[in-house]
Amino acid sequence: MGMTITEKILAAHAGEEKVRPGQLINARLDVVLGNDVTSPVAIKEFENLGTDKVFDPERIVLVPDHFTPNKDIKSAEQAKLIREFARKHEIINYFEVGRMGIEHCLLPEAGLVLPGDVIIGADSHTCTYGALGAFATGVGSTDMAAGMATGEAWFKVPSSIKFIFKGADFNPWVSGKDLILYAIGQIGVDGALYQAMEFTGEGIEALSMDSRFTMCNMAIEAGGKSGIIVPDETTLTYVKGRAKREFKLYQSDPDAEYARVLEYRTKDIEPQVAFPHLPENARNVADAGDIKIDQVVIGSCTNGRIEDLRLAASLMEGKKVHKDVRCVVIPGTQAIYLQAVKEGLVDIFINAQAAVSTPTCGPCLGGHMGILAKGERALATTNRNFVGRMGHPESEVYLSNPAVAAASAIMGRIAHPGEVKK
Amino acid sequence: MILKGKTWKFGANIDTDAIIPARYLNTSQPEELAKHCMEDADPDFPHKVSQGDIMVAGKNFGCGSSREHAPIALKAAGISCVIAPTFARIFYRNAINIGLPILECEEAAEGIQEGDVVEVNTDTGAIKNLTTGAEFQAAPFPEFIEKIMAAGGLMAYVKERTRNNG
Ligand code: SF4
Repeated sequence: MGMTITEKILAAHAGEEKVRPGQLINARLDVVLGNDVTSPVAIKEFENLGTDKVFDPERIVLVPDHFTPNKDIKSAEQAKLIREFARKHEIINYFEVGRMGIEHCLLPEAGLVLPGDVIIGADSHTCTYGALGAFATGVGSTDMAAGMATGEAWFKVPSSIKFIFKGADFNPWVSGKDLILYAIGQIGVDGALYQAMEFTGEGIEALSMDSRFTMCNMAIEAGGKSGIIVPDETTLTYVKGRAKREFKLYQSDPDAEYARVLEYRTKDIEPQVAFPHLPENARNVADAGDIKIDQVVIGSCTNGRIEDLRLAASLMEGKKVHKDVRCVVIPGTQAIYLQAVKEGLVDIFINAQAAVSTPTCGPCLGGHMGILAKGERALATTNRNFVGRMGHPESEVYLSNPAVAAASAIMGRIAHPGEVKK
Repeated sequence: MILKGKTWKFGANIDTDAIIPARYLNTSQPEELAKHCMEDADPDFPHKVSQGDIMVAGKNFGCGSSREHAPIALKAAGISCVIAPTFARIFYRNAINIGLPILECEEAAEGIQEGDVVEVNTDTGAIKNLTTGAEFQAAPFPEFIEKIMAAGGLMAYVKERTRNNG
């Protein structure tokens, strides 16, 4: 019996020839990541340990992105703690405001995470890097602390679900976000609990890297331990020129064992919108009905990449954001921001009367830069629409791709991009 | 370890934003977090809960973010143990790593009502509803995880191992 790509990567990092789902292993880590919310807790625990050295200063990445640029005194204190820790341990991959970006946009862009890696991050959307053909999973601060000290982490080898997207015949305006919202809608928010979600098929092969990141990013929204896509030419083109160290490409064996195999036809999938308060409440945008919105957020580790901004700008060009809507656009990293400036996308957004921000998680987690008041409603390209996620517990968040978000910003209600542009 | 306490009951898919909303994450002080524990699901919860109480919830408890602040907030609020049919995996890890006992048991999660007094044996997974007399059995932890728990959490376990390695 063969192994899945996930099993192969884990076996190689555990020094085993073969691993099986359910097996507990100790795996070597290629990268340990933390942000400004989770790192302070990890740093305190690390310091309690009494060791004075991290396992490898080049393999630790610290990105203050949630409440930065610091939104208040408390967050400034947290950020300071990380900064001082980074200096003390000579952590070169510490990204200060002005150099930082949203972690899951930044790490792949900087070539810090590569195919075949095992990566833990004290952030649930660490699963994003599976798009490169790596095993990447979110952990808590204690795991991060232990990882920083030992360069290892314990895992229960997950079983895998194979999602096959048949055909590359996409409906207009459908991107990776729609495929993943659709899949979560089918299996539910715990449909892949403790499991690896492997995305395959012609639909996936046809996807850009940016769309693949979006899909793997939301594996956690189905309870998944990880999302993964077997690396191909698209992956290699992306990684080339970014990677500063060796990497390895793994594939699933044809006779690998899957807990479930789910098949979807790409052409059945329409632009999706997830209704409050769970990502599994996905519906076709066309069936959304008349839902007025107060705010639109285009950004986050799910959809804050250049392709997302291009798509949004293509709909907003020459148009204005609806008078009753606030539209906030947040490029995922400084490089994406600069690219958007160069391509004239920022001009388009500002001319359309949207606000464009420096990279930050900001409103995605209800941190700052666009918090909702009681009774307000937002459409966001983010990944979670839990109660109170973007502000007041009685506010609402709907999730969609950037084209739907841009069209809705113009129309003042949830709208299909086809209503704005043919 | 034997735990005994009054129960609080919540539904399915209780996410980490419900356990501790992100707006309070600019601190990691357990006492500060405890003040806002579960407040979006039940604004009175932080005032009603007392030391040693047990939480019983529906499936996929703790889904959402990786914030360890969630189990920390529950523990600091006084919750001694959580019983649910399933837990989201990062929450599961985090709870073990910080030493908050959690038990997966669907029958118990259904068979316990809010306010019942429950006794839990974390070593064997035995759960007894003292109010109704009903008994349930949760799966005990795998050996590897038991070792982490026995050491008092992951950091203590790592400390022990580093010491043994000289
Ligand atoms: S953008 Fe949102 S989901 Fe992504 S890391 Fe930041 S807070 Fe988390």
